[in-house]
Amino acid sequence: MSLADYQDRRLETAAHGGQGDVGDYLALLKPRVMSLVIFTALVGLLIAPGGIHPVLGAVAILCIAVGAGASGALNMWYDADIDAIMSRTARRPIPAGKVTGEEALAFGLTLAAFSVLVLGLAVNWLAAGLLAFTIFFYAVVYTMWLKRSTPQNIVIGGAAGAFPPMIGWAAVTGTVSVESIVLFLIIFMWTPPHFWALSLFKRGDYEAARVPMLPVVAGEDATRTQILVYSVLLAPIGVAPALLGFASLAYGVAAAALGIAFVWYAVRVHARREGDAARKAAVRLFAFSLVYLFLIFALLLADSIAARLIAGGWL
Amino acid sequence: MSDDDGIRPTEEQKRRQRKRSIAIGLTIAGLILLFYVITLVKMGPAVLNRPL
Repeated sequence: MSLADYQDRRLETAAHGGQGDVGDYLALLKPRVMSLVIFTALVGLLIAPGGIHPVLGAVAILCIAVGAGASGALNMWYDADIDAIMSRTARRPIPAGKVTGEEALAFGLTLAAFSVLVLGLAVNWLAAGLLAFTIFFYAVVYTMWLKRSTPQNIVIGGAAGAFPPMIGWAAVTGTVSVESIVLFLIIFMWTPPHFWALSLFKRGDYEAARVPMLPVVAGEDATRTQILVYSVLLAPIGVAPALLGFASLAYGVAAAALGIAFVWYAVRVHARREGDAARKAAVRLFAFSLVYLFLIFALLLADSIAARLIAGGWL
Repeated sequence: MSDDDGIRPTEEQKRRQRKRSIAIGLTIAGLILLFYVITLVKMGPAVLNRPL
């Protein structure tokens, strides 16, 4: 869809409003991103020392999920013009003409306010403050400012996706500690290679939308080098929970193996620069990066459960 | 003034509006239940035992 088509359609939709189905509003919450947020926040909450009442723990996860959804709706409100151009995002509710920008904005702001207030009143205000900062960081710092202005957009913007486990941890402990900063750093260092691998095989989309992703601005070779650098930095951070003593040696060994595999996929991306082989290598790294993050957090959770069972005399 | 003045939603638009209304209603009911449970959990047995 061209920009002119999009503007025509926007005028058409704006004249009516109120066209959206319930499913369109759910799509504004970016459910797939939300699932990763829920999982990482849940792990942060469950591995934190001490405990939280199960109901309040569930409320914390609900608030973090709704806050993440609010960020997604605000992102779609602001980015509707470029979403209409990119094939990956053209069917989102606003460019598809099902929800108006104003409706998405009101929806996002309402959910953001409710999620932060309920988390603060029910759990604690440090967690609520971190959630508010995360929504602000994603919607304003990343979406409105960095995304269209610098190829470092996802490096800095990745912080927004890295906060959920820290919020989960803060919900239980009421503090920000070294352990929660390590959880933050794992996702923070994981984000650039993950998104740059995607941008290598979706480069045309970003070019058409004039989003300054690294392959568009600095070229694909520079992107491959940056992917490798961040992958090499990520591998030891993945092992850090064992080195810092809040995960077992077994976790450390598994995390090291996963980190080596991540670097291996990044090396293949770096080595294969032409044609179908290059594209396949980027797709494989992208797919493995999702597996990596899921397994690292799943292992941290399993490790923590095992440690509690051993401490309680169950194992 | 005739009855035809103004915007008349189509059947599809009415159906969507009804679904949105039901979703908003369920959300509000869910919030009431949530606040009720949070109050019980946070105040426990002392929920009625406090100076007014």
